Amino acid sequence: MRQHLNTLFVTTEGSWLRKDGANIVVEVEGQERGRVPAHMMGGVVCFGRVAMSPALMGFCAEQGIGVSFLSEHGKFIARVEGAQSGNVLLRRRQYRLADDPVVSAVIAGSIVAGKVANQRTVLRRALRDHGSNMAPDQAAAIDDAQRRLADAARLAAETTDLDRVRGLEGEGASAYFGVFDHLIRAAAPELRFRGRSRRPPLDVPNALLSFLYAILGHDCRSALEVVGLDPQVGFLHRDRPGRAGLALDLMEELRPLLADRVALSLLNRGQLTAKDFEWHDGGAVMLRDDARKTVLATYQERKRQELLHPFLEEKITIGLIAHIQARLLARHLRGDLDRYPPFLWK
Amino acid sequence: MENDDPIPLSALQHWLFCPRQCALIHLERQWAENAATADGRILHERADQPGRTRRGEVRTLRALPLRCHRLNLVGVADVVELRGGIPFPVEYKRGRPKSHRADEVQLCAQALCLEEMFDQPVSQGALFYGETRRRTEIVFDADLRALTVQVAAEIAAMLNSGTTPPPAFEARKCGQCSLIDLCQPRPLAHHPDVAGWLRRQLRD
Repeated sequence: MRQHLNTLFVTTEGSWLRKDGANIVVEVEGQERGRVPAHMMGGVVCFGRVAMSPALMGFCAEQGIGVSFLSEHGKFIARVEGAQSGNVLLRRRQYRLADDPVVSAVIAGSIVAGKVANQRTVLRRALRDHGSNMAPDQAAAIDDAQRRLADAARLAAETTDLDRVRGLEGEGASAYFGVFDHLIRAAAPELRFRGRSRRPPLDVPNALLSFLYAILGHDCRSALEVVGLDPQVGFLHRDRPGRAGLALDLMEELRPLLADRVALSLLNRGQLTAKDFEWHDGGAVMLRDDARKTVLATYQERKRQELLHPFLEEKITIGLIAHIQARLLARHLRGDLDRYPPFLWK
Repeated sequence: MENDDPIPLSALQHWLFCPRQCALIHLERQWAENAATADGRILHERADQPGRTRRGEVRTLRALPLRCHRLNLVGVADVVELRGGIPFPVEYKRGRPKSHRADEVQLCAQALCLEEMFDQPVSQGALFYGETRRRTEIVFDADLRALTVQVAAEIAAMLNSGTTPPPAFEARKCGQCSLIDLCQPRPLAHHPDVAGWLRRQLRD
């Protein structure tokens, strides 16, 4: 398994990426600005006006290095795919099982149980670390929400009905995002969370979450490509042309750990303040350029941290979780595991 | 429909080492490299320059393409010495002689290919081990031939069924395998009941 799985984020407009031997070279205006050995890389994400040579695209596709092009604000545009190398037996199995409503519901149930349990971990950690400084009514509200999440996770793991799974996911989201603002310790009114909003995000925390989810989505998609699963065909997220249903599925368990927690610490440590955002007419809130770099650096740093994977009972870097979960899902689909074990953050 | 893609000779060795490893590589087309496989690959890149030389009565063919229609095998021989027109396969291995018969079976499969291609009986060959720097002569007796034919048939059946055998965790063996992270034998063999595991995890 690759030990590093760094993602190369190219945010400088006008960059040109090319292959030199087994290296990825970044040039700006004809000057070499960086060079990294490809074997260290799990993915390349290009923001805005960034170009890449076909030779490098082909090389990355062959090496299982995911390449995505995003708009300057992190909206997904395109991804590079090489000659099909995935495992056709695995994909066929994935399609067959995705057509089976009960099997799909049980896999989706694992995913939602993982997501909701990990949301609960975010709340419990906030209580443990800062509960004593919170207003008593806020601490009580968070405690109430974490109990509701515990129930929802248990129920999601037991059901065989997809609508029920979705309902429990929704209940979890309303409990969690209902108290999410209490987790933001920065005082500035511009940084408050006013309920989940996207397309466009209407406040600072949502702008941060949307950006981080886009980055995490790229990582999940790459992880699925590497194991040979089709990122489009999901179990919780049903088929819709243009949507990477399985990448969204895989992302669910990881959002609390790799996006929500990162957004909270950026705000709570004061690494981002109101002046890092811009407010558009009509209410949309966007990250400014330099702030995006701060977010990406923090996200990368997060991925290098280690934790114990509760199912494998091995110490791993957070950046490897998506790859490990993709593999566990593939092993479940191939029949090696009786159920998909979600990643549970303790 | 029958799967009639030829079986690479390397699969026989993989199967004897571990049927699941064989399935991951040849059925699921998964591969990961570690230091040992990289060493082996470099060794073969050097050895696999096609060509022929003559020394006295022995003509040496390198990187000779092999096939056997009867067993549906294909591959490449490192070295085949032609001794008075009789092929004598020599396979290079980086390590040392092993207790299992995987290397012998691979060599015997080469011999079966050569018998078909040259229409000559091939009764002997040799394994050259890098660590001991010694040739071990191998006689292709009835037992070894039967084992080789059986292994080829087992692999063909596995590929046709499209089923990867379950993991069997053996610390020593799995520790040498470059596919250990793809295979995940320990957690998979440890967790026959993931549903129960999940229930326990969500209990507190």
